[in-house]
Amino acid sequence: MPGLVHVSTTINGNPTDFLCEPRQSLLEVLRDVLGMTGTKEGCNDGNCGACTVMFDGRIVTSCLVLGVEAQGKEISTIEGVASPEGLHPVQQAFLENAALQCGICTPGFIVAAKALLDREPDADEGRIRHWLAGNLCRCTGYDKIVRAVLDAEDKMKA
Amino acid sequence: MEAVEYTTPKTVSEAVQAMASKGDRARALAGGTDLLVQLRGGRRSADLVVDVKDIPELNEISYSSSGGLTIGAAAPCYRIYQDAAVAANYPGLVDSASLIGSIQIQGRASLGGNLCNSAPSADAIPAMIALGAVANIAGPNGTRQVAVEDFCTGPGRNVLEPGEILVSINMPAPQASSGANYLRFIPRNEMDIAVAGVGSSVVLDGSGQNFVSGRISLASVAPTPVFCEAAGASLAGKPVSDEAIEEAARLAMEDAKPITDMRGTIRQRVHLVGVLTRRTLNNAIQRARGE
Repeated sequence: MPGLVHVSTTINGNPTDFLCEPRQSLLEVLRDVLGMTGTKEGCNDGNCGACTVMFDGRIVTSCLVLGVEAQGKEISTIEGVASPEGLHPVQQAFLENAALQCGICTPGFIVAAKALLDREPDADEGRIRHWLAGNLCRCTGYDKIVRAVLDAEDKMKA
Repeated sequence: MEAVEYTTPKTVSEAVQAMASKGDRARALAGGTDLLVQLRGGRRSADLVVDVKDIPELNEISYSSSGGLTIGAAAPCYRIYQDAAVAANYPGLVDSASLIGSIQIQGRASLGGNLCNSAPSADAIPAMIALGAVANIAGPNGTRQVAVEDFCTGPGRNVLEPGEILVSINMPAPQASSGANYLRFIPRNEMDIAVAGVGSSVVLDGSGQNFVSGRISLASVAPTPVFCEAAGASLAGKPVSDEAIEEAARLAMEDAKPITDMRGTIRQRVHLVGVLTRRTLNNAIQRARGE
């Protein structure tokens, strides 16, 4: 029986140490070891994107990353999106455009959408829809989400 | 997921040693987008997960006009399609790397993993076969090379022996007036598994009007990716024409031996092979002509 592994990583800019079993996913570590429950579990096999986090500057599904792989990496989660001054423009736009209903997919959408707008501040609707194809929402029908991202894009440029 | 041990070798020989220490109970981990799903679902099991992402050779992406392209087995899709030399010289490879899974999956999944997972539906394998790719393997008895068309032996099975890892994949430098393309059919726009897929490459003569050679490969229509040797060879020496393309498509359809399942029927899949062979050949010809 393999023992616990000591992992040193950075989460939302904070140096973080934890112990985990090699079989545990980064998603399980975030939620069950570190108590960071903002990142959601949907399908647990990489299809739905609810568990999306930033991992060394790229969005990944944290259910398909092992916790031990976080050693020495930079991770950011939904908990790191808002600042003490207030919500991030993407979060604010999701509220104003009613881009969420049950809310389970929302943290994944916001992390993924913010990653796109940080890289491509002029992404058009087609690009946004393509980028977010890895995030599933069973409530909204997507249109309000896409409008929210376009709205956030306008506000971030203003 | 059952309990596993985890190790991060820093060199190829350390990785081979680790793999060999557990025989068929060791699995190499690159992006994990197939392996972790399979371990969790019980479709594969392992005592040891060997994370190969810290090994320099497995992260390499390098191109030279003499040696061609070397892609480390663990290099994720996004690094492949963002690489300027790959984009300029291997658009047929970019076709497949940029349609595997979601943006999230492309941040992790590697072409080497796609090959080692050896799914019949793998999108990158026909693209690599069309480009004449060769797999570089390291194991307890040294290194060996296997043509990508000879790598897969059945669904989820391949030529890797216990203790062996895929180090990298080599593709020859593109010849003058050559082009390639990969297309798949899925019933939605993104995020699906190929009902059928075709990768084609052509070399044209200086006039751009005659085929010098061609290679065609299929996904999702047999227990392994299919190399359609006769279909590709049929193009050699013929003028670029609808007739020559039609004949290659007919031969490719003969090589398709699909099953009927939830994604498609035998009849639909054979038909798709014809359609996609014609389309990929026409796209490859356009690229070869620089159009």
